[in-house]
Amino acid sequence: MQDKTHSSYKQLEQKSKYTNMFLRWFLYFVLVIFALYFIFPLYVMVVTSLKTMEEIRQGTLLTWPSGLNFDSWLVAWGGRGYGAGDTFLKPYFWNSIKMVVPAVFFSTFIGAMAGYVLTKWRFKGDKWVFLFLLFGCFIPYQAILLPMARTLGVLGISNSVIGLVLVHTVYGIPFTTLFFRNFYVSIPSELVKAARIDGAGFFKIFFKILLPVSTPIIVVTIIWQFTQIWNDFLFGSTFSFGEAAPIQVALNNMVLSSTSVKEYNVDMASAIIAGIPTLIVYVLAGKYFIRGLTSGAVKG
Amino acid sequence: MKTLKIEELSKNFGSTEVLRKINLEIDEGNFLVLLGPSGCGKSTLLNIIAGLETINEGNVHIDDYNVSKVEPKDRNIAMVFQSYALYPSMNVRENMIFGLKQAKVSKEKIEEQLEKVSKFLQVDALLERKPSQLSGGQRQRVAIGRALVREPRIFLFDEPLSNLDAKLRVEMRREIKKLHQQLKTTVVYVTHDQTEAMSLGTNIAIMNHGVIQQNDTPENIYNKPSNTFVADFIGSPSMNLIKGNLKESSNKVSFITNGSNIEIPINGYDFKEKSNLDNKEVFFGIRPEHIFFKKSNEEDFEINLRADLSEYIGHEQIMTFNFENQEVLAKFPSTVKIDLSKNTKLFFDLTQISLFDAKTEERI
Repeated sequence: MQDKTHSSYKQLEQKSKYTNMFLRWFLYFVLVIFALYFIFPLYVMVVTSLKTMEEIRQGTLLTWPSGLNFDSWLVAWGGRGYGAGDTFLKPYFWNSIKMVVPAVFFSTFIGAMAGYVLTKWRFKGDKWVFLFLLFGCFIPYQAILLPMARTLGVLGISNSVIGLVLVHTVYGIPFTTLFFRNFYVSIPSELVKAARIDGAGFFKIFFKILLPVSTPIIVVTIIWQFTQIWNDFLFGSTFSFGEAAPIQVALNNMVLSSTSVKEYNVDMASAIIAGIPTLIVYVLAGKYFIRGLTSGAVKG
Repeated sequence: MKTLKIEELSKNFGSTEVLRKINLEIDEGNFLVLLGPSGCGKSTLLNIIAGLETINEGNVHIDDYNVSKVEPKDRNIAMVFQSYALYPSMNVRENMIFGLKQAKVSKEKIEEQLEKVSKFLQVDALLERKPSQLSGGQRQRVAIGRALVREPRIFLFDEPLSNLDAKLRVEMRREIKKLHQQLKTTVVYVTHDQTEAMSLGTNIAIMNHGVIQQNDTPENIYNKPSNTFVADFIGSPSMNLIKGNLKESSNKVSFITNGSNIEIPINGYDFKEKSNLDNKEVFFGIRPEHIFFKKSNEEDFEINLRADLSEYIGHEQIMTFNFENQEVLAKFPSTVKIDLSKNTKLFFDLTQISLFDAKTEERI
C-alpha cells in the first residue's frame, strides 16, 4: 500500500470521526427512549395519586394535576376515620416491617454461617449439603405452600407475623448460603489456618476475621432478601389474613375489595407507599450491590 | 533431643496417597527445606507438622513429645503463609498481637514483645496501617513478625517468597537467612525453588510423589544426588544423563554408549557397591557446569562433540552438543566463541560425575 498518501489518511480520519459521532448520538437517542419508557408508569402513578377523583375523570392519564393534593396519600396511609370496612396501610406497613427485619437478619446470619462452614470447615459430604441447598433455590414457592401450612399449624404460629418470619427465613437460606459461600470461596483459607495457629476458635474466626471483611456480600444479601420478603404476596396471602397480613396483601385487599367507586388516586398512592421501602434500600446500598456482586473477581 | 521428629507418617486424601512413610528428624537450630515439584506433598507435610491436617498413620514429635493429637495453637509453632494471610480487617499491630491475645498473655508482655519484634523487622512505623496499605515486602515482613512475637520452637514457612517479584524475592531470601542466623530457631521451609532451597537450607529434603527422595546437606544434594530424580531436579540446566553401559576389565571400569567407540574411563569413582559392574546399564551423569572448553585438570576426559545450539543468557551461554544422538548441555562463559555444526573439543571433569542404575534409577 505504498500509494496511501497523507491526504487519504486524513480523509479516513475524518470519516471515522463522523461515524463515531453519529453512533454516539444514536446511542443517546436509544437510551433516552428506554428511559422514558421505564419512567412512564411511575409518572402516571405519581401524577394520578396527586389528582382528585374529579380531575381523573375529566383529564387523561398524562394531564398534570391542578395542584399538590396529598389527600389520597393520607387516606391510603391512615384511612378515612370511619369504623368498619375502612382498610388503610399503616398497621400493615408495620406488620411488614416486623416481618422483614427479623427475617432478613436471621436468613442473612444463618446464610453467612453456612457459607463459612461450607468453605472453611470442609467435612465429609459437604458437597452434597451444598447441592441440596442449591436445590432449595429452584423449588417453586407453590410447591411448599401445603407442607409449610401444616408445619405452621403444628407449631401454632399460623396467621402470625412470627410464622411469616419463619417461612421467609427458611425459604431465604438457600439463596443467602449461596451468596456467602461464593464470597468466602474467594477468601484464602490460609487466613483460617493462620487464625487457628494463633489460637482462635470456630466462632472467633467467623466474627473477628471473616465477618469484618464481608460487608459487600452482606449488603447484597440484605438487598436481595429485603426485596424478596417485602414484595412477597404469595406467602403473605396464604399464611396470614386480617390483622396479621403484610402490606402487599393489604394493598391487594384495598384495591380489589372496595365496594363503591374505584378510587384510582388512593390506589396509586398506596402502591407507591408499598414500594417506597425497597426503593430506599436500593438508593442507600445500591453502590455496594454492584461492588458486592463483582467483588469475588478482584483480589483484596 | 530432636526438635522435630516425624515417624512413618502416611497421609491420604480419600484414595489418593499424598505422603508415604515419611521419616524426618531435625536438630535444634537447623534449617530444613522441603523441596519438590508441585503436588509432591510438601505443603501437606508442613500442614501436618502445624496440626492443620490430620494424620492417617505415624507420629509427629516436637521436643520428644508426641503432638499428633495436639491442637495447632498448643504446638509451640508459628507459620508464615504464601499469601501472607494477614487479617484484612485488623491493622499491623492487631495482626501481630492477635495470637498473644488469644493466649491471654499479659498486656505488658504483649507490648514488650511487639516493640521488640517490630523494631527488629523495621515495621514499627507501620503499626497503625491496614494490610491493604502495605507493599508486598512489608506484608511479608509483618507476616514474619506475627510469627516471631510468639517466640515459637519451630518456624514453618509455606512458600513465603513465591508471591514476590524476582528482585524482592532475592532480598527477602537474604533477610530470612539473616533472621535465622540471628535467632537460631529451628525452621521448616517449603519451596519449589531450588535456589531458595540451596541458599537457605542447612538440610534439604527433596520430595516427589509423597516420598522423600533424599534428605541431605545442600552440598551432597548437588554433588551426590541419590537418584536420577534428584539429579534432574537440582541444577539449571539439570544434569546430563547419558544412557550407556559399564565395562569392567582387569579391574578397570569404563563407560560406553551403544554402538560407539567413545570409552570414558571411570577412575576413583566412589561406588556404593563395587560388584557386578560389567555390562550394567547405567546413566552417566555430568552437570553442564562440569564440562569445559579447555583442560582444567589432569583427570579431564577429552572428547570431540558437534555443537548444535547456543542459548545466550548474558553472563553465560548454554550450548547443546550431540553425544551419539543424545543431547548434552554445557555451560560456558558468554565470551567463548564456539561455531555451530562443527566438532568442538570438550573436557569432562570426571571427578564430578554421578552414575545411576538405569533400571532402579538409584545412584550406584
